[in-house]
Amino acid sequence: MKRNKEDKKRENEFLLEGLNNDYANKYGFSDEVKNELDLGKGLSEDVIREISRLKNEDDWMLNKRLEAYKVFTQKAMPSWGPDLKDINFDDIHYFVKAGESTAHSWEDVPQEIKKTFDKLGIPEAERKFLAGVATQYESEVIYHNLQKKWSEQGVIFLDTDEAYKKYPELFHKYYSKIVPATDNKFAALNSAAWSGGSFIYIPKGIKVKIPLQAYFRINTKNMGQFERTLIIADEGSEVHYIEGCTAPIYSSDSLHAAVVEVMVLKNARVRYTTIQNWSTNVYNLVTKRALVRENGIMEWVDCNLGSKITMKYPSIYLTEPGAHGEVLSIALANKGQILDAGAKAIHIAPNTSSIIQSKSICLNGGRTSYRGLLQMSKGSKSAKSNVICDALILDDRSQTDTYPTNKVDEAEVTLSHEASVSKVSEEQLFYLKSRGLSENEAAALIVAGFIEPIMKELPMEYAAELNALINMNMEGSVG
Amino acid sequence: MLKVENLTCQIADRVILKDLDLEIKKGEISVLMGPNGSGKSTLAKLLMGHPECEISKGKIIFQGKNITELDVTERARKGIFLAFQHPLEIPGVNFRSYLRLAFNSMRSKKEQLPVFKFRNLLQEKAKLFNIPDKLLNRNLNEGLSGGEKKKMEILQMAILNPKLAILDETDSGLDIDALAIVFENIAKLKSQNPDLSVLIITHYHKVFTYLKPDRVNIIYHGTIVETGDAALLDKIEKNGYKQYEEK
Repeated sequence: MKRNKEDKKRENEFLLEGLNNDYANKYGFSDEVKNELDLGKGLSEDVIREISRLKNEDDWMLNKRLEAYKVFTQKAMPSWGPDLKDINFDDIHYFVKAGESTAHSWEDVPQEIKKTFDKLGIPEAERKFLAGVATQYESEVIYHNLQKKWSEQGVIFLDTDEAYKKYPELFHKYYSKIVPATDNKFAALNSAAWSGGSFIYIPKGIKVKIPLQAYFRINTKNMGQFERTLIIADEGSEVHYIEGCTAPIYSSDSLHAAVVEVMVLKNARVRYTTIQNWSTNVYNLVTKRALVRENGIMEWVDCNLGSKITMKYPSIYLTEPGAHGEVLSIALANKGQILDAGAKAIHIAPNTSSIIQSKSICLNGGRTSYRGLLQMSKGSKSAKSNVICDALILDDRSQTDTYPTNKVDEAEVTLSHEASVSKVSEEQLFYLKSRGLSENEAAALIVAGFIEPIMKELPMEYAAELNALINMNMEGSVG
Repeated sequence: MLKVENLTCQIADRVILKDLDLEIKKGEISVLMGPNGSGKSTLAKLLMGHPECEISKGKIIFQGKNITELDVTERARKGIFLAFQHPLEIPGVNFRSYLRLAFNSMRSKKEQLPVFKFRNLLQEKAKLFNIPDKLLNRNLNEGLSGGEKKKMEILQMAILNPKLAILDETDSGLDIDALAIVFENIAKLKSQNPDLSVLIITHYHKVFTYLKPDRVNIIYHGTIVETGDAALLDKIEKNGYKQYEEK
């Protein structure tokens, strides 16, 4: 059946309850913003020295970059997972600087960029959260705002470049310790060429109630984004960090290789929420890892919709007794997309526990994979882990796979793994349509129900935004 | 209200319904009875627009319009409702939100209801039908008992307010108490809407203590072999369907 305008309007109303943005216009646009500085294509030692010089970095960081570059040139591409042979590292801009320098208040933000932000609905989100906003525009953080009382509490929320200058000692202690450059080729690339990202430090005992959030956006053709995020939650502290990514559509491929390092100290709690919606020409190859100390809690909530290929396996290293970690993820693969996502939980200490819940949806020939590693080392006595991965397939052209790996070297552990694959059935669609829903409404409703257990973990605005993004993906996809 | 003319359909070359004629008048309670495998459920689904049975001949007229080619959604929006024999579970989908979406899909902008008004309407109907509030907060049919599912089907019917309700073995799988509640509710609904046409598909006569049929249709080997008033029920009760075999 053809969908009429009314159907579409109503669907949007239903799925966008509480949001006033026109999401169809929100994505796939590219604003004219003059790039002030562009080091051209390709990466070399000279380019890295130049990046470091432009950032006024000291030798410590320059050396880290150069070491990482060496690792990058020597390391092979991953031998498993999706095909990455189309990435041409010589055809990528590794450093682009847009607009003027970092602005600290909304008034200082250049007009062109504000317009982009308007389309992204950022001011709205800011009003609602009254929280710190760190927005990465191109490789540079333009707009950065942190509520005053947090500064008074000693909370640091800065772009990573600025943070390095102000707090080098924290970098010496934690930077690259959680994800070393040698971890994988893309972590090495990031460590060599990184720019921007968020740095968060929460002092002992401080509980930040309102989420800290950052919006990311690539807006230059062929520009790789290599942001570097480092979060340190000191003993007994709590923080929720949210990143939402949207990107305009370009004709040539674009690379996003971020590294996120999270240190959860004793009794601390960190939640890191991501909504990823890169345009479908982006390679999204991200290394995310958290180290969790005694009785600490780390939660990754990871929602991936966009990109050409995503490879992302947020990991949790439970290094001290009582540490707990969770990875909740949603992946949606539409036409031409491969979402290879999963999780890693490494139990090193006794009484550690982890929960991994993954939900994936594929349609129009898209492919999703769950790739997981669960490791329980000798000495991780009484460790517990529960892995659930569910896949929903919307049509016969789409495909889903599961690659779980369990390495257990300790006898006294509890481990469960459940996996399910379901198809949206004709009968479910018939049932919902017989109550007056259009084919798309019916399919979108089934998908919304499928991811509901993870959706309810998201802040309301983000859940609504995610719903809207999924709904956009569903348009015209069934029947 | 509804007229099926000379309808023949098949599933993968197997003829399921053959030269079938059926008429349902406005406000009437009609019954469709027949042995297992005679085509009752196929006809119910076909009237709703299910594509599994391919129509090779004949047509379906609803309120004077040929709806043979219409999609399921459009038929629903024209006022046809099918209460499923086995309502489907849709995990994670909240009943209230779903039903409001369905309700609004059938109405013009002006008649659509916002969340709170719809909530009131739903609660009012649920109360009338003795359906506890906690059932309204559940997900659509997820984990409900057979009886609860049927109660919720009739509640959906009451909210969506169709012109023609097809009850596909709504009595099946219900214990005697649940059966009483479900069919009393249908009777309530019918008394509130005298123009509502109902087609009851059933094997059992028990339901007729709650709903008195105006017309009885006997389906046998995919075709209507006899139509009559309520007296026909007694004849079936006495002689079964064997009598049609010779014909």
